[in-house]
Amino acid sequence: MPEFWSQLLPYPWNVAAAGAVAAGLLFAFIGGSTFLAIWAERKVSGRIQDRLGPTRVGPFGLLQSLADGIKLISKEDFAPDAADRFLFKLAPYLAFCASFVGFLALPFGNGLVAENLNVAAFFMLAVLSSEVFGVVLAGYASASKWSLFGGVREAAQVVSYEVPRAMCVVVPVCVAGTLNLNTIGTQQVGWFWNWNIYHDPFTFVAFFIFFICATASCKRAPFDLAEAESELVAGFHTEYSGIRWSYFFLAEYGSMFAVSGLASLLFLGGWHTGVLPFEPTERFGFWPGNLLNVAVFVAKCWVLVLLMMWLRWSLPRLRIDQVMMTCLQYFLPISCVLLIGVCLWQLLVPADVAQVVSYVLAFGWTGFLAVVFLSTLRTPTGAAAPAGQLPGVWAGQRAAADLQAK
Amino acid sequence: MSLPVLLFAVVATVTACSALGVVLARNVVRMAVWLLFTLVGVSLLYFLLGAEFVGATQLIVYVGGTLILIVFGVMLTAQAPLREIRTRPAEWLVGGLVGALLFGLLVAVSYQIAFPPSTHALPSVAPLGLTFLGVTDASPTGDVTGVPNGVTVPRTPVAYLLPFEIVSVHLLVVLVGAAYLARAKRRVRS
Repeated sequence: MPEFWSQLLPYPWNVAAAGAVAAGLLFAFIGGSTFLAIWAERKVSGRIQDRLGPTRVGPFGLLQSLADGIKLISKEDFAPDAADRFLFKLAPYLAFCASFVGFLALPFGNGLVAENLNVAAFFMLAVLSSEVFGVVLAGYASASKWSLFGGVREAAQVVSYEVPRAMCVVVPVCVAGTLNLNTIGTQQVGWFWNWNIYHDPFTFVAFFIFFICATASCKRAPFDLAEAESELVAGFHTEYSGIRWSYFFLAEYGSMFAVSGLASLLFLGGWHTGVLPFEPTERFGFWPGNLLNVAVFVAKCWVLVLLMMWLRWSLPRLRIDQVMMTCLQYFLPISCVLLIGVCLWQLLVPADVAQVVSYVLAFGWTGFLAVVFLSTLRTPTGAAAPAGQLPGVWAGQRAAADLQAK
Repeated sequence: MSLPVLLFAVVATVTACSALGVVLARNVVRMAVWLLFTLVGVSLLYFLLGAEFVGATQLIVYVGGTLILIVFGVMLTAQAPLREIRTRPAEWLVGGLVGALLFGLLVAVSYQIAFPPSTHALPSVAPLGLTFLGVTDASPTGDVTGVPNGVTVPRTPVAYLLPFEIVSVHLLVVLVGAAYLARAKRRVRS
């Protein structure tokens, strides 16, 4: 990027311009994604709970986030009397900064990265794990016991889940032999069985463990113990209102997209479609090829984020001891086994066998997903039920109205 | 003034001011926050020097790990008598003296050591790691940083696998010991 600007501006200014443009683009991406993700979250939750979700503001309620934003900005900026004012005001920005800085090392396409770090995967882990600092400080500075409980829970949870998450990142890194996310992305060029997730059974399992740990470290349900409404009012952001409150949500959705991007780069082929056997930037040129790359990459991020939303509205919240036990008793040993397994696989298994296994994994999993998807289209619901009968899984039971009539 | 120097000046000033903040603050949690800024500033200095791996390690170990544990401990234990820490005049005197001595020592040493050769490209993390394990030899060939001018240090092909393993086993022993000490004591059923 500085090379492009060096044609227009002299030395110190081209670096500054490249930095400013990259930061602006990333901020726009986080803001725009959050804008749409909050709308999507409401729509998804609505549909899952048999409601419509937002419908009034704009087409399909798309401008709901804008209305929310205006409401949040116009709210009173309020801090409790006993609060530590300085820390109370600082905490939301700290949380947002951590999730923003994580994007600096995330390549959106081949070479399309704010800073092509050699240790990008490690850097992202380091930065995303420090998001918890803002949450913990918010919990402390609010001078409210609900907030404090939320902060303490968050600290315990995130520090524990960091360990299996980092071990699961090391699994594809062992396969790739580099920590540079751009290189890891370019290595998975071509058909979808080249993706790291299909490399061997261990990386296949590692993807799911990584995704669960990433969900937990984004404090998303079913792991949202830090803001459990039924026990802690709203957890660490109980005392926050207005624009500061919305910074926490910007940070949460930002880190959701960051870990989804990390997952798709490490496991799901990064910016490659999986059905084009060449690198788009080499065939079409840097900018047109990267346009396709960015579209594919952002689509993959969105699929993973929608998966997180689906999980959130389908699963009940765990108890705090269950959350910690899941991590320390199951995920930690499993990720250790995966790490050793992937190393042994690369040392011991001959290349032909490994290739066959990756074909089996790729086609088996794709076929399984296709069967599941087709089976959802098959069942006719609603119209097929006769009058007085309920459709779908309630078939055979009489409707409530019918019962009341008797 | 060139861009790296300007950035260094900004980052170093912020780091030094936050370090002063750690000393001057009275509230324990505020101290931890100033310490956060200090440690992040130090990692930014590493990034400015091009040592990305060290910078990221600084972030994950100190900011993501140690500092979270400090704040966690402070939040659980900070009651009224412990929350405010006042420094006595004698402590100011001793601390100031020690600090001034250390600063003088660092300045004196930093004027004696040689500048790193600017033409020599630094190896990236992977070759360094492989050298560390003795797989390949990518050790730098120029002058050694941190050695007075004119003194030549013999360089040998390095392989630190055995010391590395000894240190990691040592750390493992410490971890097991800590877990043993901190475990819930089983009550003897009478």
